[in-house]
Amino acid sequence: MTEKPKKILLLGSGGLRIGQAGEFDYSGSQAIKAFKEEGIEVILMNPNIATVQTDQGFADRVYFLPLTEKFATKVIEKERPDAIALSFGGQTAINLGLALEKSGVLQKFSVRVLGTPVSVIRDTEDRDLFIKRLNEIGVKTARSKSAHTEEEALVAAKEIGFPVMIRAGFALGGEGSGVVFNQKELRARISGAFRSIPQLLIEEYLAGWKEIEYEVVRDAADNCITVCNMENVDPMGVHTGESIVVAPSQTLSNEEYQGLREIAIKTIRHLGIVGECNIQYALDPRPNDRSVGRAKTFDYRVIEVNARLSRSSALASKATGYPLAFVAAKLSLGYTLPELKNSITKKTTACFEPSLDYLVLKMPRWDLNKFDKAAGAIGSEMKSVGEVMAIGRSFEEVVQKAIRMLNVGADGLTAHRSGNFKVSNYMDVIKEPTTERIFALAEALRADVSVEKIHSLSGIDPWFLEKMRNIIETEREMMRLNLIEPAILKRAKKLGFSDVQIAVATNSNEEGVRSKRKEMGIVPVVKQIDTLAGEFPAETNYLYLTYHGSENDIVPGKNQVAVLGSGPYAIGSSVEFDWSCVQALKTLRQKGFGTIMINSNPETVSTDYDMSDRLYFDELSLERVLDIIEFEEPSGTIVSTGGQIPNNLALKLAANGVKILGTDPKNIDRAENRHEFSKLLDTLGIDQPEWAEVTTWNGAKKSAAKLGYPVLVRPSYVLSGAAMRIAHDEVSLERFLKKAADVSKDHPVVISKFVENAREIEIDGVGKSGELVIFAISEHVENAGTHSGDATVVLPPQRTYLETIRRAKDITKKIVKSLELTGPFNIQFLAKDNRIQVIECNVRASRSFPFVSKVTGHNFVDIAVRGMLGEDVSGHYRTVELDYVAVKSPQFSFSRIKGADPVRSVEMASTGEVACFGDSYSEALLKSMMAADFKLPKQAVLVSLGKEENKIKLFESIKQLEAMGLKLYATENTADFLQVNGVVCEKVFKISSKKSPNVSELLRDGAVDLIINIPTKSGKEENTDGFIIRRQATDLRIPLITNRQLAEGFIHALAETKGKGLEAKAWDEYHL
Amino acid sequence: MRLVFQDGTFFEGESFGADVNAVGEVVFSTGMTGYVESFSDPSFAGQILVCTYPLIGNYGVPSPDKFESEKMQIAGLVVANYSETYSHHDAVQSLADWCKASGVPAIQGVDTRVITKKLREKGAMLGQLTRHFINSKQTLEKLKTTSPGSTDFFSTLQSAGFFDPNTENLVAKVSPKEVQTYGDGPIRIVLIDCGAKENIVRSLTRPETTVIRVPWDYDFNASPPAGGYRALALSNGPGDPTMCGPTVEHIKAAMAAGKPILGVCLGNQLLALAAGAKTYKLPYGHRGQNVPCIDVETGRCYITSQNHGFAVDDASLPADWKPWFKNANDGSNEGITHVSKPWRSVQFHPEASPGPTDTAWIFDRFIQDLKNNVI
Repeated sequence: MTEKPKKILLLGSGGLRIGQAGEFDYSGSQAIKAFKEEGIEVILMNPNIATVQTDQGFADRVYFLPLTEKFATKVIEKERPDAIALSFGGQTAINLGLALEKSGVLQKFSVRVLGTPVSVIRDTEDRDLFIKRLNEIGVKTARSKSAHTEEEALVAAKEIGFPVMIRAGFALGGEGSGVVFNQKELRARISGAFRSIPQLLIEEYLAGWKEIEYEVVRDAADNCITVCNMENVDPMGVHTGESIVVAPSQTLSNEEYQGLREIAIKTIRHLGIVGECNIQYALDPRPNDRSVGRAKTFDYRVIEVNARLSRSSALASKATGYPLAFVAAKLSLGYTLPELKNSITKKTTACFEPSLDYLVLKMPRWDLNKFDKAAGAIGSEMKSVGEVMAIGRSFEEVVQKAIRMLNVGADGLTAHRSGNFKVSNYMDVIKEPTTERIFALAEALRADVSVEKIHSLSGIDPWFLEKMRNIIETEREMMRLNLIEPAILKRAKKLGFSDVQIAVATNSNEEGVRSKRKEMGIVPVVKQIDTLAGEFPAETNYLYLTYHGSENDIVPGKNQVAVLGSGPYAIGSSVEFDWSCVQALKTLRQKGFGTIMINSNPETVSTDYDMSDRLYFDELSLERVLDIIEFEEPSGTIVSTGGQIPNNLALKLAANGVKILGTDPKNIDRAENRHEFSKLLDTLGIDQPEWAEVTTWNGAKKSAAKLGYPVLVRPSYVLSGAAMRIAHDEVSLERFLKKAADVSKDHPVVISKFVENAREIEIDGVGKSGELVIFAISEHVENAGTHSGDATVVLPPQRTYLETIRRAKDITKKIVKSLELTGPFNIQFLAKDNRIQVIECNVRASRSFPFVSKVTGHNFVDIAVRGMLGEDVSGHYRTVELDYVAVKSPQFSFSRIKGADPVRSVEMASTGEVACFGDSYSEALLKSMMAADFKLPKQAVLVSLGKEENKIKLFESIKQLEAMGLKLYATENTADFLQVNGVVCEKVFKISSKKSPNVSELLRDGAVDLIINIPTKSGKEENTDGFIIRRQATDLRIPLITNRQLAEGFIHALAETKGKGLEAKAWDEYHL
Repeated sequence: MRLVFQDGTFFEGESFGADVNAVGEVVFSTGMTGYVESFSDPSFAGQILVCTYPLIGNYGVPSPDKFESEKMQIAGLVVANYSETYSHHDAVQSLADWCKASGVPAIQGVDTRVITKKLREKGAMLGQLTRHFINSKQTLEKLKTTSPGSTDFFSTLQSAGFFDPNTENLVAKVSPKEVQTYGDGPIRIVLIDCGAKENIVRSLTRPETTVIRVPWDYDFNASPPAGGYRALALSNGPGDPTMCGPTVEHIKAAMAAGKPILGVCLGNQLLALAAGAKTYKLPYGHRGQNVPCIDVETGRCYITSQNHGFAVDDASLPADWKPWFKNANDGSNEGITHVSKPWRSVQFHPEASPGPTDTAWIFDRFIQDLKNNVI
């Protein structure tokens, strides 16, 4: 073993974005544990403040800084680590590591790269090198050519022959890739592409081939194993992040399984990867024509190798119970596999391949309906924002479980209580997949379309389709019988039907089915995941429920508290809720409770094998949570740390006799229910924006007119403002209402007065028996109209009057008292002039809990949980007067969502967040924006300011840009305005004007490195010139600001700091 | 149909195989793919196999040239979920049809994890798959109170319809009756077929070799095959190695003649017996495709395919023998080698099929060494 390093710099992955989500919190935190266990000092650089890995007491030092070469160099210079770990922070960390190596920083400061050497990473990242390396050992890759210019690309495509697949090198999650059928399409597709990427690949098109992955682990002594294989239900052509995936593979013969395994090991050895990696294959489903005699009758192509922990490895880790990231971290220190123990059995070696006696199914969670113009089609680019994993013992069971886990309102593959999830053009959707393909398959099977036909259209293996047909057939039989008898009920449960679905099929209700079922003794059993299929005894705490069994593996625990997790990552429900759950688990453990975690999201830390005493990887549905609670009988259940999913279950669980810790579920409901809450505010004399609830279009029209436009339109029970819009007039009101009604038919629509030019502030806090224990107040940079999840948040507030703070606190105290709060809560306020209004109150930990906890140095969840357990948590907590400023910025993934308008509006669009500290507001703001991938302008700015008010209010700021020596371009009206007022700028024409130079030309020339484009009216949908500018900016990776207040703040900060004085200070240095 | 254990416990399942009764030793295997290869592996003769992986039959059954012997070898099959529809380009029939045609009963819909845990805790047990289990409580009570291994115990077992396949010579049952020759290369290898998997024959047959596959009790020293032989290979096979007395004697004679030897699975146990070591029955055997084995010479760990109920006792190895591989999980013997002579064997299956191909190099090295005249 080589000498162990003394100090390691670990690079995180930054804000959550499409293609790079919470899985890297899991891999990073396991790596930190693995390093710390060896007595090694760990320095973590990650601006994602909502992660567990950036918690106090985890890494020795945390830097909330942008993951850029400049900041990383500063940290290295300051900390002088002797090693750097690149493989635990996704593509972001890999790219940063490659840059640091290239620039000589690592060499200069003698920093050794742990695990896979940089040259090997480069071999896997550069397509030409990769193919060359695999050719050396006769391993087949898809025929492929790389191109560095548009001409090269056209020639390459001609040589390979259309259709071809194009993909960008050095990209996470297959960004910029897709199938192209002819020369013309190719030309259109790659136009301008080489501005943002160095290399484009033109590849053989393998649509319809099976897509298979292996997770491979290798140590420096050349021991090599495959921990798990996975099969995509959606064949090649649909990105693996967009596919339904099962593990282990279901339709592969031994010859195929072992053949691909052998190639995986051979390839990884040849490349020289040390640690963990993922290899993806295309496998020909019909290779017979090409095979001769008994020669290997399978044909394959290696698609790619990811020489790092990935989303797939997180999934494989949760699917098997094998702690891939932990083991990879140990291997990177020089340990060999046989030297490490299987941390599940604690007896057997880590050098083994898990044997599963169950299967798992991963399903992606999309949120494309949040983006007005985004297409619902799925393909070779990743668009999903999260995923769920279902565990069971039949395919039918896991597919239905997974659909419910998505939390999109579907009750399974079929028999939905809402009556939704009907896809009228199902044949089209099966052929050209959209996010609704799974429901289109169900529809087709219901319509008796043959499996053969569906297979020929979709390429989905008939085996999977036959299983889905079983589900539909069983539904039919239940409908025919129209009553519940034991044989069919048993069969339905084994096929994953929920009580709700059975109720729908038999004209009953959930409670009725449930009680009848229990009478018949049909209940699920608890099974363990032990990595060895029961061959050896294992003290594992990793559990799932199934109807394919006759005995529980375990007996109920004692003195336990259950924590309900947050389910899949989605826009509005992200890693911050997992953070809160993990904090709750930690506190409960400290207090001597056995902990039960229930969650369905494989990209989380809360589902790590060592975070709870019992992990139920299962549905967060009423039925399943009750199954678990009735079995375990914990002394309490926490619903307030996992976001909206558990929050919505609170009342129903309580009605079923579950003891909820903290605030009474009746009071949770009083805050959730708009009427109740509004009544409460009225009683307390607290101001709120006027609102009305309507159920008809006429009612809406009348109410809106009465309130006065603009109005805010939204359904009840919202998170992340699903289907929330601002209507400026009757026409737009009608359009939005139709949209809202589509999203949620059964719910009435709420119309409220939209207060323009109001500022938003938030209070996060903890109550105990109706007393306010601790609170933090933060302000939004953007005015009301930007969803709080998309807002730039400042703590402590910089522009809010003390009087406003005092009044907000008073209001908070009143609400805490009247709702008798015990536990976490969040209240959002509107402040305009001297008026302060309450927008909403959530009686649960909010998105900003990790932010306020880490900035103030007080763990709000810990205080909340201790309060719930009855401890005296009163005290004086300093949260307002801090010696530093922290700014939280949203992380967007607009480049992934083709066609979406990248603006901030009342509908949440960001996929993650980052936060940075500074000695001044300006420093914190700039660092925070840079941490969310914003680059500071060096050359020229294009301004397009929209309405008069914006032009006037931003005029001083624009002058500052000029003063900084930045060249200014402006669109027609803005240019006229600036020139008249003495600012030198060059006029560019709108794209629609057909005059030259137009905006499009300017952007494509690459002259501009910042665009300030303020939309005329927020929430507008038309295909305006503004939209085209914003979309182009996104597609060409030009930094873009679309909000006036943010533009003002940014320019001011830039002028003040001149881009300098952005300190690389560690978190602890601010707390001194 | 029921799976009934010798302790009287039973599991009710749905039949999907042949409508006949079966008796045998109930064992479990943890492999996730490769049921065709497993079920046709002669080492499973006499055994009712429980698959821990819950979905079986998914990819159907290919033509018999892909089997590991000419037919299905297991006595009975127990799975959690049989997949009625199958899908694979290679498949020519369903698993149910194969079971029916082979006269092998099979059940599904039982909790195979519970059965696995039972076998793990109590050791391999005798069982029967039957529609008509009519044994009296009295017989079962008697079984519980009689000391296992006693004559009384066995007769009671038999009267209850149970049968321990290890009490008969299973090898004799599955071994071929005739000598068969493969290839025409200069290196002539005698393969003693005690129930060899086809892939051992395939692994040994190369341009430079001739493989002479002989019955388990064929005396290749007294009546050597025409053209003689250069080296000896010992195959896998079912049951207790001590049943193969004649084979052990023949191996001893080959050792006396200085012939290089490579043994696989049962071959490992037979070589150990020939060397003068002892074998013993494992509590519930090793059957799976994920078993880590460490090469004690190099420290390298390999993932191996395994199917055995008996093992070599390391402690009983004579001084001039040493372990070659050991099981990384329970430390049991996984291979032996002579300190100076070219005699080696492994307990696992380097021919894989089913399972990982990590140790295929063992055949390569054997043939390479023969070719280079270093052994």
